[in-house]
Amino acid sequence: MGKTHIRPQRVLGKLQVATVTLAHGGGGKAMKDLIDDVFVAAFDNSDLAPMEDQARLDLGMLAAAGDRLAFTTDAVVVDPLFFPGGDIGKLAVCGTINDLAVGGAIPLYLSCAAIIEEGTSVELLRKVAQSMAHSAQLAGVRIVTGDTKVVPRGACDKLFITASGLGVIPKGVQLNAHAARPGDVVLVNGLLGEHGAAILAARGEMALDCTIESDCAPLHELVAALLARAPGVRCLRDATRGGIATVLNEIAQASHVGIEIDEAQCPMREQVRGFCEILGLDPLYLANEGKLVAIVAPEDADAALTALQAHPLGAEARIVGRVTELEPGRVVMRTLLGGHRIVDMLVGEQLPRIC
Amino acid sequence: MKYVDEFRDRDKAAALATEIEKLACSIEGGSTPIHIMEVCGGHTHSIFRYGVEELLPARIELIHGPGCPVCVLPMGRVDDCVAIAEQPNVIFTTFGDAMRVPGSRKSLMQARAEGADVRMVYSPMDALALARAHPDREVVFFGLGFETTMPATALTILQADREAIDNFTVFCNHITIIPTIKAILDSPDVRIDAFLGPGHVSMVIGSAPYDFIARHYRRPLVIAGFEPLDVLQSIWMVLKQIKEGRCEIENQYARVAAAGGNVAALQAIARVYELRPFFEWRGLGSIDHSGVRLRPEYARFDAERRYAIPNARIADPKACQCGEVLKGVLKPWQCKVFGTSCTPQTPAGALMVSSEGACAAYYQYSSAKQRTGARG
Ligand code: SF4
Repeated sequence: MGKTHIRPQRVLGKLQVATVTLAHGGGGKAMKDLIDDVFVAAFDNSDLAPMEDQARLDLGMLAAAGDRLAFTTDAVVVDPLFFPGGDIGKLAVCGTINDLAVGGAIPLYLSCAAIIEEGTSVELLRKVAQSMAHSAQLAGVRIVTGDTKVVPRGACDKLFITASGLGVIPKGVQLNAHAARPGDVVLVNGLLGEHGAAILAARGEMALDCTIESDCAPLHELVAALLARAPGVRCLRDATRGGIATVLNEIAQASHVGIEIDEAQCPMREQVRGFCEILGLDPLYLANEGKLVAIVAPEDADAALTALQAHPLGAEARIVGRVTELEPGRVVMRTLLGGHRIVDMLVGEQLPRIC
Repeated sequence: MKYVDEFRDRDKAAALATEIEKLACSIEGGSTPIHIMEVCGGHTHSIFRYGVEELLPARIELIHGPGCPVCVLPMGRVDDCVAIAEQPNVIFTTFGDAMRVPGSRKSLMQARAEGADVRMVYSPMDALALARAHPDREVVFFGLGFETTMPATALTILQADREAIDNFTVFCNHITIIPTIKAILDSPDVRIDAFLGPGHVSMVIGSAPYDFIARHYRRPLVIAGFEPLDVLQSIWMVLKQIKEGRCEIENQYARVAAAGGNVAALQAIARVYELRPFFEWRGLGSIDHSGVRLRPEYARFDAERRYAIPNARIADPKACQCGEVLKGVLKPWQCKVFGTSCTPQTPAGALMVSSEGACAAYYQYSSAKQRTGARG
């Protein structure tokens, strides 16, 4: 129910109302109007499969681009739906692209499903759909199939989106979380913790005046530039939920190596640091939506850094640490003060401290 | 926000560490350890977060005190919170870090997952705003913490009183640090040579309440700020007192904590609260006059009077050695259950509960090597 594939020449339905009701999920004319008017109109592109329940992709074209398919899915819920630097639609598109990109894949196609709470305004949906279309277009990927469901009030929070992505990994590209070796360097492509801080600040619960913007951005072009200049890249990960702390732990465990980072080298905006200070949060665990961690063989460290810094999304790139043979599976940080501490995985979500 | 880095500078830290080392060597007693307790959980957090212990000479041993209000919250009290939160029509509001503290049946986090309306707030005024916005609901604020958070709760109650808001109550679990320091000093196996005093508490109460520690118990105390360099400087000041044979209350944190405290805050505290005859602390047992409750004049804001509260005393598990760790008799990792049946996911004792608790901090921040190496 609710598939968005249409015959391009078909007359598109028009919505007559300002809010979504359960009728728009009923499979009838109202649903067609919603899908046509909001989603199809925004995503309009010739690749939308003609009135079928699936997108049909040309194998020959895919095979020419590489020798493996990369396939991923991302469920996106965010409160608020619109925040400085992005919105749920942009987040869904960029997040899915990034999941493909850090595997070395060229992202090509997206599938998106929206779960809509009854009572959500059509205007809001339009904005989100346009944002998705815009983000996809900028990134050069196509949204080729989708679905919508409307659920009763309270069954979801306004709007949930899931996006799946398909990409192709060029021959010879081999990135693996278990490939880190002692001596490798650890790089990040820019300022950390911005998305997490922006979302917390945008919720407005703590009446803090701040102007932090989410770093939400598609990273596939940056990755392509990096891989072209630095073949010694062994592993890439996007540092989303759980921040770079979590990603580094995953790599340390998968590769059975230790990782030591230097707090003084971790790039961070003053505002993000101050914000964390006040709330008792650790910025290393804050989510990013446009940051990746790269593990690179030592001989290619400079090339990798130069490649990242040459790209607008990597201007603030830094070498933040090294892979070691000490304490395999552990991440240790040299603190600003010069002491050391373990940077562990979080038990649950970060909770603000009271004193 | 630039100011914070001044207090975390590596060169300054190294210079201070050298001074501390020199001073520690010059104090009589050869290599006998000097035990310094930092009373406040904020210090414990800072010490682990920045790896301060690594910069100290082996002779100095830090004992991580009871000053984490979340850690010392007895399990029975968490059960009471859950019982209130599960009443129909209640919105139960709390500071974030109390959400995960395990009760005997469940935490507030679990209660919320099961349908209770539990909400995280950043101040009691946020809870009062919720009460205003939802006149048909009963909003309960979980008042928790030392003198640091006590005034804000008191001012909120006074505000609710002025506005005659009748759907707002406070479940008061505020505690006071002085009787607890005294209880620790009175216990026979205590090993503490000096104290770092809690900066934020002192900001409210001033320095006079600590006088008995120097006068009666002959221990130096330095009121310390929370940045790692504050902690180092305070340790240096404490050592200087020991070296010179002085026992005084000194203030390293004068940039924030005035000697006389905060008069307006103290007045609000005096107006709203009275001392309880005793209060139960997790890991330490019952301590006389260590908690406060609302005065009878503010009874209508008292959740303890509005709701039937189970008020059960749940004993800590037998294997739990939090008391010994708090008094400095044991290091956290020497506890029988550390890291086995007591971990941050499944805390058996108080000190494993929040990141300010000593056991949780060791578990989370220090490696096996650091635990057993020279710094052990
Ligand atoms: S390990 Fe657990 S039981 Fe033992 S002292 Fe620490 S918190 Fe208490």
